[in-house]
Amino acid sequence: MSTPRKAVALISGGLDSLLAARVVMDQGIHVEGINFYTGFCVEGHTHAIRKQNRARPKRNNALWSAEQLGIRLHIIDIIEEYKDVVINPRHGYGANLNPCLDCKIFMVEKAYEWMQANHFDFIITGEVIGQRPMSQRKDTMPVVARDSGAGDRLVRPLCARNLPETLPEREGWLDRERLYGFNGRSRKPQIALAAKYGFEDFAQPAGGCCFLTDRQYSVKLADLWETRGSRRYELDDIMLLKVGRHLRPRPHFKMIVGREEGENHFLEGYRKRFLHMFPVSHTGPLVLLDGKRIGSADIELAARLTARFSKGRDAENVTVEINDNCGPVRTIDVTPMSAEDIPQDWYL
Amino acid sequence: MSRQVVDARNLLCPLPVIRTQDAIASCRPGDELQVLCTDPGVVHDIPAWCRVHGHTVCSIDRQDREIIIDIRVEPVEAP
Repeated sequence: MSTPRKAVALISGGLDSLLAARVVMDQGIHVEGINFYTGFCVEGHTHAIRKQNRARPKRNNALWSAEQLGIRLHIIDIIEEYKDVVINPRHGYGANLNPCLDCKIFMVEKAYEWMQANHFDFIITGEVIGQRPMSQRKDTMPVVARDSGAGDRLVRPLCARNLPETLPEREGWLDRERLYGFNGRSRKPQIALAAKYGFEDFAQPAGGCCFLTDRQYSVKLADLWETRGSRRYELDDIMLLKVGRHLRPRPHFKMIVGREEGENHFLEGYRKRFLHMFPVSHTGPLVLLDGKRIGSADIELAARLTARFSKGRDAENVTVEINDNCGPVRTIDVTPMSAEDIPQDWYL
Repeated sequence: MSRQVVDARNLLCPLPVIRTQDAIASCRPGDELQVLCTDPGVVHDIPAWCRVHGHTVCSIDRQDREIIIDIRVEPVEAP
């Protein structure tokens, strides 16, 4: 009896990777999933920081996909290695700071390493020609296969019939006729295939699964790099960019303002690392100040802005507690800044 | 049989799942793992990860904002 062939599927948590894995499982292949955590992933949990979003399901969509498929899922932390992809993309960025093609190459390369280390035979992705403007085009598909090193061990079951034969097809491990020839941006073929398999309630994120595709997030990341004078980041930096209202009232400091209770709780975890303030006379946000050489005039300005975002915005005075983590905690009384006095370009 | 504690407090998902997965990789069947967390998402994600890998979640307890998950490591079946 021959040994069953084994494939590792890149599982993003979206519909296409779910279907791609299922199509290959249908041909008797043992499939296990792999999911990469970059730090930029859009997670149900990231949204769940905000209390107003707590009604949303808090599931991890990649794990949900694995459960639907009945396969193991290996979640890999690539935060450190991924920095080079974000900072120095060889193929450049998309509309924002999204290095989609380099990202795909990198993830397939990591999957290829995993495949070899675990004695698997080939890799599956849910890519479809024409589905994404940067990373899923007919001319970039061979680039991903070549630059990742995976070559013809990379199978895209949903569009395989539009692409040259891969090793698993030539060897007879996979029947090409039972793979698909989807192309373009239409989701109808995938929806129909999902119905055939009985998949319901699958995730269909409108903006993809990565914060780097988000314009506002990219503006905040670019601001971080510019003010630091170098293109570098740590995990905490990129997590904080996902939370709160960000304002830069002066070039040398910015404010991160909790928008509601959930975000205030999250920001509390960073209090010891930042000068921070919050209103004590009224309900209001926890505010972190990120910068250097923050003087007393800056603190007063920040306190007035903090008061503006509190329930005391229309009061004559708001008392704000200030803690710089070294001197004594103190309070100051300030007049809340009016909305029209806040220049729009302070908002990141 | 050994027992170890994974401190995943103040980490957002999926990092607590990854820490759990990495700790279990060096465990033997029958070992026990206690995972300390603060992200409420772990209540869904760590049991889901355990289900797809065949490990047993023995208990999930909450103490204030801390969540404590006890896991028993089961044998891994070869494909």
